[in-house]
Amino acid sequence: MNRPYGMLAELTYGCPLHCPYCSNPLNLADYREELTTAEWQRVLAEARALGVLQLHLSGGEPLGRRDLEEIVASARGLGLYTNLITSSLGLSPQRAEGLRAAGLDHVQISIQADEPALSDRIAGTTSYEHKVAAARMVKEMDWPLTLNVVIHRHNIDRVGGLLDLAEELGADRIELANTQYYGWAWRNREALMPSRAQLGKAEAVVRAARERLEGKMEIIYVIPDYYSLYPKPCMDGWGQRQLTVTPNGGVLPCPAAHTLELPRASVRESSLEWIWDESPLFNRFRGTDWMPDPCRSCDRREIDFGGCRCQAFQLTGDAARTDPVCHLSPDHDLVADAVRAANEGPEPGVADLIPRVRTRKSSDSPTGLEYSRRVP
Amino acid sequence: MSIAVRSTNRPHLARQVRLEWDPVREQHVLLAPEGVLVLNQTGAIILGLCDGERTVDGIVEELGRRYDRVVGDEVRDFLSRLAAKRWVELGGE
Repeated sequence: MNRPYGMLAELTYGCPLHCPYCSNPLNLADYREELTTAEWQRVLAEARALGVLQLHLSGGEPLGRRDLEEIVASARGLGLYTNLITSSLGLSPQRAEGLRAAGLDHVQISIQADEPALSDRIAGTTSYEHKVAAARMVKEMDWPLTLNVVIHRHNIDRVGGLLDLAEELGADRIELANTQYYGWAWRNREALMPSRAQLGKAEAVVRAARERLEGKMEIIYVIPDYYSLYPKPCMDGWGQRQLTVTPNGGVLPCPAAHTLELPRASVRESSLEWIWDESPLFNRFRGTDWMPDPCRSCDRREIDFGGCRCQAFQLTGDAARTDPVCHLSPDHDLVADAVRAANEGPEPGVADLIPRVRTRKSSDSPTGLEYSRRVP
Repeated sequence: MSIAVRSTNRPHLARQVRLEWDPVREQHVLLAPEGVLVLNQTGAIILGLCDGERTVDGIVEELGRRYDRVVGDEVRDFLSRLAAKRWVELGGE
């Protein structure tokens, strides 16, 4: 059996931002019983023994955990590569120094647009100036920096400005990832989806920038799968490369899989090794045996693995169907209709976006972010 | 996208990249912000020699002392691919 390479640790769903495309669950209140420091340390040791090499620390806003430095130090002690995915709200010079001392390898800061008014509007809170200052601080500390931008109808026309900003900040990488429609983004799908004309322009800007910045800054651009011919190879296959641990210890094959009607798995009840190897959850869509047609007989079944189980469930109510994004799917009309609406329907405005609700935690720690993990 | 590797370059790992031994897979691995590269033995030895002091020619020469068959082009191609990903910096000439 394959061993996982990466683990996404969602430390808390608390967040100071209210991004309308947040991929966190809608029922945030169900996740308040967060793992303790000692529980996370045990999970990290189990993850390393299982083969995990990369730890992505996310949330919500991971800085909302006052023990983040301790968690990073434990991870580094185990030899894990540590990657912080943050809004940067809460990243004071003191905390940055503490994280640096703990051995944090890499920092990813999200930004919502290339100018304050729009960025703050999308984030639902005043944050742009702080983010830019935090990005500068990270670079001054000689830390590798990635700028993360979730792309959608309301900022896709600013991709050129975002690339200029990343270059000016000295970012090593920028991820321009079109929104994936899960969690809050699913709720806001119509208002978020860009038009075909917008996508065409953005792709031309990205191509030119890649040429200009080759060897200087890495540019990752993730297209929206609704516009693809084939589905994304979600998580490189169910239970093949990666796993996610949620704030209360739930373990998932992908961060959106909490939506599926499947047996649960938790580090509070089972070892990570049992969950990876044996649990019904991780075995449900592993390999190709579960596949229906057209996937079962498709040459691409081990290239895109039938696409995304969560998207199949969201669109058809059945997680075992072919991802409707695929043009060969019998349910493809569901995606084609949404794309048609985004190109022919009335133009949605920023005001049509429903922000993620505010979270209030029961513990004393401040709260922290949005997260949109790029599907590899 | 191909980056030219010169014999006089003095390659070293980019600062955001770590070379580690993975006791679970019993292989060397290269760890980067959003990726892992599981290395074969030769790859691990080449990267172990990328100390920012040795030249590319020096690395090929050192490999030649350890192995019968060393193809300089393969070493340069390997370094070029990693340089394109910005996992290796080719360094001063």
